[in-house]
Amino acid sequence: MVALAAEKQDRNLLSRIAAGDGHGENSSYFDGWKAYEENPFHPIERPDGVIQMGLAENQLCGDLMRKWVLEHPEASICTAEGVNHFSDIAIFQDYHGLPEFRQAVAKFMEKTRNNRVKFDPDRIVMSGGATGAHETVAFCLANPGDGFLVPTPYYPGFDRDLRWRTGVNLVPVTCQSSNGFKITVEALEAAYQSARESNIPVKGLLITNPSNPLGTTLDRECLKSLVNFTNDKGIHLIADEIYAATTFGQSEFISVAEVIEDIPDCNRDLIHIVYSLSKDMGLPGLRVGIVYSYNNRVVNIARKMSSFGLVSSQTQHLIAKMLSDEDFVDEFIRESKLRLAARHAELTTGLDGLGIGWLKAEAGLFLWMDLRNLLKTATFDSETELWRVIVHKVKLNVSPGGSFHCHEPGWFRVCFANMDHKTMETALERIRVFTRQLEQENLNRTKPMAATKKKKCWQSSLRLSFNDTRRFEDGFFSPHSPVPPSPLVRAQT
Amino acid sequence: MKQLSTKVTSNGHGQDSSYFLGWEEYEKNPYDEIQNPNGMIQMGLAENQLCFDLIESWLAKNPDAASLKRNGQSIFRELALFQDYHGMPEFKKAMADFMEEIRGNRVTFDPKKIVLAAGSTSANETLMFCLAEPGDAFLLPTPYYPGFDRDLKWRTGAEIVPIHCSSSNGFQITESALQQAYQQAQKLDLKVKGVLVTNPSNPLGTALTRRELNLLVEFITSKNIHLISDEIYSGTMYGFEQFISVMDVLKDKKLENTEVSKRVHVVYSLSKDLGLPGFRVGAIYSNDEMIVSAATKMSSFGLVSSQTQYLLSALLSDKKFTSQYLEENQKRLKSRQKRLVSGLESAGITCLRSNAGLFCWVDMRHLLDTNTFEAELDLWKKIVYNVKLNISPGSSCHCTEPGWFRVCFANLSEDTLDLALKRLKTFVESTDCGRMISRSSHERLKSLRKKTVSNWVFRVSWSDRVPDER
Repeated sequence: MVALAAEKQDRNLLSRIAAGDGHGENSSYFDGWKAYEENPFHPIERPDGVIQMGLAENQLCGDLMRKWVLEHPEASICTAEGVNHFSDIAIFQDYHGLPEFRQAVAKFMEKTRNNRVKFDPDRIVMSGGATGAHETVAFCLANPGDGFLVPTPYYPGFDRDLRWRTGVNLVPVTCQSSNGFKITVEALEAAYQSARESNIPVKGLLITNPSNPLGTTLDRECLKSLVNFTNDKGIHLIADEIYAATTFGQSEFISVAEVIEDIPDCNRDLIHIVYSLSKDMGLPGLRVGIVYSYNNRVVNIARKMSSFGLVSSQTQHLIAKMLSDEDFVDEFIRESKLRLAARHAELTTGLDGLGIGWLKAEAGLFLWMDLRNLLKTATFDSETELWRVIVHKVKLNVSPGGSFHCHEPGWFRVCFANMDHKTMETALERIRVFTRQLEQENLNRTKPMAATKKKKCWQSSLRLSFNDTRRFEDGFFSPHSPVPPSPLVRAQT
Repeated sequence: MKQLSTKVTSNGHGQDSSYFLGWEEYEKNPYDEIQNPNGMIQMGLAENQLCFDLIESWLAKNPDAASLKRNGQSIFRELALFQDYHGMPEFKKAMADFMEEIRGNRVTFDPKKIVLAAGSTSANETLMFCLAEPGDAFLLPTPYYPGFDRDLKWRTGAEIVPIHCSSSNGFQITESALQQAYQQAQKLDLKVKGVLVTNPSNPLGTALTRRELNLLVEFITSKNIHLISDEIYSGTMYGFEQFISVMDVLKDKKLENTEVSKRVHVVYSLSKDLGLPGFRVGAIYSNDEMIVSAATKMSSFGLVSSQTQYLLSALLSDKKFTSQYLEENQKRLKSRQKRLVSGLESAGITCLRSNAGLFCWVDMRHLLDTNTFEAELDLWKKIVYNVKLNISPGSSCHCTEPGWFRVCFANLSEDTLDLALKRLKTFVESTDCGRMISRSSHERLKSLRKKTVSNWVFRVSWSDRVPDER
C-alpha cells in the first residue's frame, strides 16, 4: 500500500505526458521483442533462438559501407587525414547544417528519384532521425487537438512520433485487402468526415511511400489524386519517403516531388517530405533525419526546432563526403536493390512453396504476409494467438497486423533485410516445419475451411487451435526501445 | 482555416531577441585578421575554443578510436546500426566517470540514471515535457541564458517566472527572492513545478555558493517541487574555489536516496567543458526512475549519433587524458579571463568577479545615458554597429537592472581579444563618461576596486573557501 501511495505521489510530480502511456510501449506486443532479447538466434551459439524478423533494417550492404569508410579516412575528422577539420567541425552547431552536407543530401535524394526532380539544399532541414522529423512537422502544422489522416496499416511509431508530445490526433483511413490496400478517395472522404464528426480539425494527410508495412509504392495517378484531395481541402500532404531507394524489380518509386511538377496550380505550401538515411543507406545509428518542405515558413520554423535534434557535425561531415562520392552512391544504390531483390525472392519463393500468401510489392525491407487462413476466427484475438505461437513456438519475431492498425486480422509484417542468407534459410525451414506440424494436426480434424480468393492460397484444411486467449491491444513497435543485443552492448559486458 | 500551428506563427522560438540579432549582425560582417580586419568581433558566443590541440593530439595517439575501430577492426557496421535509446553503455559509463571527476570524485553518478540527449537544448526541453504541464511554471533566477525561453517554453507550453537577483549582493539568490517569485507565480495562477538554476551561472560566470545551494534544496523540499541544476559549465571552474554541485549538497545533507533526491535533476553537456557543441551531446541525470524511463523514450527525438558516442566514450575513458585536460582547460580559461578583466579595467570597466564559465558579466552602467533599458539598448547598438563587438545585453538575459553585458572570452584568439579591448577602450574614451574616466582614472579605479571587493565579499560566506588573490 505504501509502495502504491509512493508511486501515486511520484506520478503527481510528473507531467501527464511522462506519466501516461502515450509512448506506446506498454503494449503486450513487446513480448515478441522480449522473447528475442532473452533468446536471440545465433547460428552457432544459439541455433534455437528467436529469429528477429520484426526489425526493418537494411543490413545487406554494410560491407560496401565499411569498405568505403576504411578507404576514405579523410571523411573522418579524427584521423590524420581529416583532423585538420576537427576544430571547425566540432564547434559547428549552426542549425542550417553544413552546406556541403545539405548539398550532398539533396543530390542523394535526386539520385534516389532517378534524377527526375531537383531538390533545393536550402530547403533541407535536419532532425533527430525521421522520428524527430515527424514530431517537428506535427508541431509545425498542427495544434493540440488537431488531426492527421493516416492510411492503415501504418508504422506504429507514428502513434508516438506524431501524437505523444504534440497532442495531435491520428485519424485512420481504412484500406482493405480487397484492392491490395490501395488508398481510395472514398476512404479519404470517409475518414475526413469522421474526423469532423468527432470535432477533430483535420490539418493534413500523412502517407508513407513506399509503404511500411505493405512494401507497395503509390502510382502516379494515386499520388495525383492525393495531392488534389489535400489541395482541395486546403490541408497538408506529408509524404514520408524514408524507403525511397528500397524499390527493386519492376517497381519504380515516384516521389510526390515529381507529381507536383505535373500539377501547375498545386498549392506547394501544403507539400512536405520527411526523409532519412536510416533505411536507404542502412545508417539508423547516425540519426540523419530530414524535413523537406515547399513552404518557406515551415522551413524557417522547422529549422529553429531542429535545435532539439541536430545531426552531429561529425556525422554531417562524414555523410557529406560519402554522398558526394557519386560513383560510390551509384554503386551502393544499384547493389542494394539487387541484394534486396534477391533476399525478397528467397523469402517469397520459400513462402510460395508452402502456399503462404503475401501482398505483391517490390519495395521496403519487409513482406506483408497473409496468414488469414490460419486464424481460428477472423478476429484480432485469433491473430494474437497465432502471433504468440509464431513467436514462442516457431521462434520468429514477426509483427502482427493489429500493431499497424490494420483493419483486417491475419496479416503479418516479416522483415528480410536484417539477416544473412543462412538465417533466412533457417527461418524458412522453421516455417516449413511449422506448416507440416499444422497439417499433421489438422488431418485429425474434419471441418473444412472456405477457400480464399487469394491467388496463392493457403491449404484450406489447416487451422490453429491454441488456448492462449490474451487479448491483443493496439501495439507499438519501436526500433529504439528494446535492446537488441548489439555487439557494442555485448562488448561491454 | 489556419494552416500552420501557433508555434509557427508566434514568436515562441525567441529568436527576435537582441541576443540573436547580434549574432545575425556578426554573420553579415565577421572579423577576420586578414580578410576583414574591420569586421565584427564575436564576443557573444559562449564557446570554449581554447583546448582543441589537446583533443587533436589525443586523436593522433589513438588511431583506433579515431577511425571507428576496435582492436584494429572496423566496427562501422555495428555503429551504423546502433540506435538503442538507452545509449552505448561504455559511453554512459565514461560520462558518469567524467562528471564524477569534475566534482572531485566526491559524489557518484550511476550510468543507468543518465539519459542521453541531443545537446542540453534537447535535455532541458525533455525535462520540461516530463515535469510540467502546459501552463505550469518553473522559477529561474535572473539573469538567465536567453535560450531557455525557447528550450523550456516554446513547444512545451511551460512558463518561466523570474527569481529577481540584484547586483547589490552580487546577483546571489536569496530566500526572499525565491518566496517572492513563488508568490508571483501564484498571483498569475501558475502552478510552480520547480526551480531551474544554471550552476555555474550563465551569464554571471559564477558558481553558486553552498549557502545558495542549501537554500534551494530547502526551498524545493518545503514546496515539494523539483530542482533542475544545469551544470553545463561545471568543468570550466577556474577560480580557486571548488565547484559545488547540487549532488554535493544532497550528499552533505544526507539526502541521498530520499524523496527529495528524486526531485533533483542535473543537466549536463559536453558543449562547453570539451568545446564540442557540434557533436550534440547532452545528458539528463535523475534519481527518479520514472523520469529516467520517460526521458529515455523521449530521447528518440534526439539521440546522440553512434559515431559520436563511440569516439567520446574512448576519449572520456582515458582517465589520464581527462585529468590532464580538465587541469589545462581551467588554467587557460583563467589566464584568458584575467586578460579580459584587466583589459576592461584599463578602460575603466569592471565586472562581477567570476570564477567559472566562458564569459564575464560586465558592468557598463556608468556608460548609460539613463538608468533604463532603452539606454542599454542604445549603448548595445553603438557597441555592435560602431565598435563592432557583438556582446550580449543584460536585458536579453532578463536582467532586472540595465547596464550589464555578457562578454565571452574563450571563443577568440588572444590577439583578437586584445583588439576587441582596444576598440572598446577607444570607444569608452570617446564618450563623455570615458573622458571623465580618463581624467580621474586613478580615483575611479580605486573606487571600482572597492566595489569589486564588496561584490566578492557578498559572494563568499564564512563557510566558503578562501578567495584567490587578484
